[in-house]
Amino acid sequence: MSETTDPGRKANAFWPSALRLLKVFAPYKLQLMTAVVVTVVSVVLQVWAPLILGEAVNVLFHTDGIDFARLGELIARVLAMYVVAMALMWLQGRILIIIGVRITYLLRQDVERKIHRVPSNWFDGTQRGDLLSRTTNDVDNIQNALQQTVSSLLNGLLTIIGITIMMFAISWRLALIALIAVPIAALVVGIIGKRAQKLFSAQWANTGKLNGHVEEAFTGHEVVTLFNRQEAMNEEFAARNDAVYQASYKAQFISGMIHPIMQWVTYLGYVGIAVVGALQVAAGRLPLGSVTAFIQYSREFNQPLGQLAGLANMIISAVASAERVFEFLDAEDEDDTDGELDQVVGAVEFQNVAFGYGETPLITNLNLRVEPGQLVAIVGPTGAGKTTLVNLLMRFYDVDAGAILLDGTDISTVSRAQLRKPIGMVLQDAVLFSGSIKHNIAYSRPDATDEQIIAAAQAARADHFINQLPEGYDTEISLDADAISAGERQLLTIARAFLSDPRLLILDEATSSVDTRTEALIQEALAKLQQGRTSFVIAHRLSTIRAADVIVVMDHGDVVEQGTHAQLVAAGGMYHDLYTAQTQHNLEGGR
Amino acid sequence: MLKLLARFGRPYLGHILAVIALQLLTVGAILFLPALNAQIIDDGIATGDTGVIWNLGGIMLAVAFAQLAAAIASVWFAARSAMSIGHDLRAAIFRRVSGFSSYQMSQFGPATLITRATNDVQQLQMVTLMSLSMLVMAPIMAAGGVVMALREDAGLSWLVWAAVPVIVVIMVGAGLKMMPLFRQMQEAIDDVNHTLREQITGMRVVRAFVREDYEAKRFTKANQHLADLAVGVGKIFVLLFPLISLVLHIATAAVLWFGGMRVADGLVEVGSLTAFMQYLLQILMAVMMATMIFLMIPRAMVAAKRINEVLATEPELTEGTREADDVAGHLEFKNVSFSYPGADEPVLEDISFTAAPGQTIGIIGSTGSGKTTLLNLIPRLIDTSAGQVLIDDVPVAEYSRAALSKVVGMVPQKAYLFSGTVASNVRFGAPNASNDDVWHALETAQARDFVIARETNGATGLESTIAQGGTDVSGGQRQRLAIGRTLAAAPKIYVFDDSFSALDATTDAALRDALAEQLSHATILIVAQRVATIQDADHILVMEHGRIVDAGTHDYLSETSTVYQQIVASQVGHV
Repeated sequence: MSETTDPGRKANAFWPSALRLLKVFAPYKLQLMTAVVVTVVSVVLQVWAPLILGEAVNVLFHTDGIDFARLGELIARVLAMYVVAMALMWLQGRILIIIGVRITYLLRQDVERKIHRVPSNWFDGTQRGDLLSRTTNDVDNIQNALQQTVSSLLNGLLTIIGITIMMFAISWRLALIALIAVPIAALVVGIIGKRAQKLFSAQWANTGKLNGHVEEAFTGHEVVTLFNRQEAMNEEFAARNDAVYQASYKAQFISGMIHPIMQWVTYLGYVGIAVVGALQVAAGRLPLGSVTAFIQYSREFNQPLGQLAGLANMIISAVASAERVFEFLDAEDEDDTDGELDQVVGAVEFQNVAFGYGETPLITNLNLRVEPGQLVAIVGPTGAGKTTLVNLLMRFYDVDAGAILLDGTDISTVSRAQLRKPIGMVLQDAVLFSGSIKHNIAYSRPDATDEQIIAAAQAARADHFINQLPEGYDTEISLDADAISAGERQLLTIARAFLSDPRLLILDEATSSVDTRTEALIQEALAKLQQGRTSFVIAHRLSTIRAADVIVVMDHGDVVEQGTHAQLVAAGGMYHDLYTAQTQHNLEGGR
Repeated sequence: MLKLLARFGRPYLGHILAVIALQLLTVGAILFLPALNAQIIDDGIATGDTGVIWNLGGIMLAVAFAQLAAAIASVWFAARSAMSIGHDLRAAIFRRVSGFSSYQMSQFGPATLITRATNDVQQLQMVTLMSLSMLVMAPIMAAGGVVMALREDAGLSWLVWAAVPVIVVIMVGAGLKMMPLFRQMQEAIDDVNHTLREQITGMRVVRAFVREDYEAKRFTKANQHLADLAVGVGKIFVLLFPLISLVLHIATAAVLWFGGMRVADGLVEVGSLTAFMQYLLQILMAVMMATMIFLMIPRAMVAAKRINEVLATEPELTEGTREADDVAGHLEFKNVSFSYPGADEPVLEDISFTAAPGQTIGIIGSTGSGKTTLLNLIPRLIDTSAGQVLIDDVPVAEYSRAALSKVVGMVPQKAYLFSGTVASNVRFGAPNASNDDVWHALETAQARDFVIARETNGATGLESTIAQGGTDVSGGQRQRLAIGRTLAAAPKIYVFDDSFSALDATTDAALRDALAEQLSHATILIVAQRVATIQDADHILVMEHGRIVDAGTHDYLSETSTVYQQIVASQVGHV
């Protein structure tokens, strides 16, 4: 989590990540082999064709008249070879582009699946912007590299091999000189590549951090404007932007050096060949023709080598990105159990539950029994652990000790999906998705009919305002739009929970932004809906609480009182104090 | 795209010119080496003079070194200028978005703005880098090739004039076909990112309703769409290189055939014919380099367009120049109306009231009645459509932003906290506040106790950390920290937008008592759902459908206002 953003931590893990990226190709072995074979044939034709062209040139040298029939035949052969070679190149390109796209597709799929599998608390400590940067910027970077390098990589490698063979065929001595360039090149790439890799890791880590800041500044835009803190945000942005700039220009410079250095090394080879070749010819050990042919080949040898080196920065950068993506994919999964739940009746029991978000325990020993069909109100000061109680029941978090039983079954043995299906929950933050209002209500139950959706909206008292919107139930909701107020958002999420027709209903301060008259109407609907299901309501407002069958008073993570409204008022404890604090003014004023 | 790059590239013109000059040097060296080699063959080998061979070898080595130095320097200038342009673009976008109003913000949506500020800029900066390192070189090489080819034998130059237009037609045709696909592709990437963002922010809801499968399907659809487009683009692209190569190979073959005829007629030497073929190959190489970048340019053009959209959006909220050193905090709404652009119904209609220092104004009303909109007008998160909001008889628009933020302190309905520490959040509006000030603000906000008890990874109290959005504190704690943040800034006018909704009644009451004591000289506006929160206010506004329907003290409204009576009744019940 927090340490995952440390830029230098695994900066040396180039090969593991690179190999792992290669392994992604494994399912496409067959296609890849086809591509290799196709490329081999194509490269052989392309290396061969110049020889025939050379023959054709020789035909022109015949001083006693040019044999045009022979020339025509040779040209036709060369043309045929090139047509085939290019058709094969095209075929190879098609195969590789499809594999490349497919792999990025699968990588994205993996990332998305992973989001649903990591434990809920994974999101607590991670900057959302950094995670988003991993899933977008980094994956995108890999995609670009796959699209642009794989084909050239294959062509280049095979061409080098082909030309090496040809060079050895002419003169092994000169070939060795040409090949000296290879280990030197490998050394150069190794040394520079390592530095570049560190810098690229830093670049992408810094990009993640920058993204985190941008994400925060843009989502907290209102607060920034209110306090006129644009300048301070800009300063922070500038610092992170500079960090990205520093890392990325250095990374590009260092990795960009690979190409000229490699070219230089090959030029050295070229000079060596020219000098040694010339000396050999001068000594009469080699014919001049061989040396010129050799120089031709060594130039052709250098060309793909340079091309490969030019791809190095893209590849190194992509591997650095891959490392960040893999880091997320390697995060530990939420362990799930596969127990089943029978028909849920709705008896809930907390037995000696202990829990803490970090090391500090929040709940030490919580016991609570709820009968099926009861309406349970949970009250208590903020931070008393009310939401935590619900989080545990939903298994967003698991208890540290003790057990929670649903109809006598320990919920930690039940699969999370099984457990959550019969529960309808309205969270403290009213989260809506982009899409129509109808779509948002039906989120809890995709097969719902329009009538059911409208009925749920009516019960949640959302129907009225929805009908006033220009397009009613088909009005599109944008993520952060202003047009729908906070209270209205809550009404939509309540409608969503109502529609799912749950056995257990959990409302976590679901009506905090809703006016009390509307809330009272929702209460009525809730009372009707209440029949035969267990409900948990977290609320501060007395009007909400009074109707409950059981009121649970929490403080410092534990249940301190429970009972009906009348019992608790009579008991004169914490609830009594809360109750009088809220009512005395109202009672005075209301009369 | 060119306009944008020209604008942001201007400061780095020197660098860019250096890149071009250095690359000319590099290309010169590259072209010089074969000539030296030819000389070794002609002067060295032919005469068997080893001294000449060593000499020329030494010159070749020197040229190779010069080429290396020039190439590395060029890479440095290219990397520096391309990344600087990216840096400046990001900064420009960020600055521009900082000046957006809330409405403009929601028009774009934070998700796409984030993509534009990072991913789109990334595209543009990479294409700039590639262009600088290759696009400069490719035309020089191609042009050099064409010129040299034409010089060798004018009789065959028609082949060059035939091949080059064919290549241009192929490239332009492919470009035109790919452009719209690239635009769709960038939109598809947006869509994929947007879906991921929603899944991450709405993770609890997805899990609570067990809709992981649905989300997976939704994502797969977006992802598949993106993949389909990528394959579509890729299929055109992979055709490009073989096709162009083929054209050049056919041209080479033609050179041999027609050249052969000219050789037979004694019009041309074989040597220049082979050289001619060499130069054709060089053109091919140059074209191949260009196609590499060709893949990136259309995407970068789309990115540039999206960046331009942001940069071309003028910040809606202007600011005045008036400072507010001696503002008392007298607030007045004069016949204020507000409606969203294009909406039929106004959100606020004809709102008038005044609030003097020392006064508390309570605002109550049903969900969606316009309470938040009304408050947003005071710090100018939005501007009125008609009428005026005045502070000390001066329209709010005449104050500078800095002055306004000093005068108006608003606690928004959504208590957003930034990642950092408790202290960094409370100091957000008052960077110079001392620890005592911070503690004082927290105490008034009833946050002192839980802050003292807070511990995160060894950091305690003020230094304990806060996650982005404040997701690691409870709703009520978040609200109190947000209140503390505003208190620390010590404005003249306090605006609380339903800022006590997550507080229990005891804390609520204690907080109000503390506020009444501490802020006795301030102007206070409180929107609330609970009657108890506002009943002590000097003046209460009752809102319905964007209008003030009743106004007065609690006692007065309890007697005269049916709406207010209903609200009271819904809270007290029938005791």
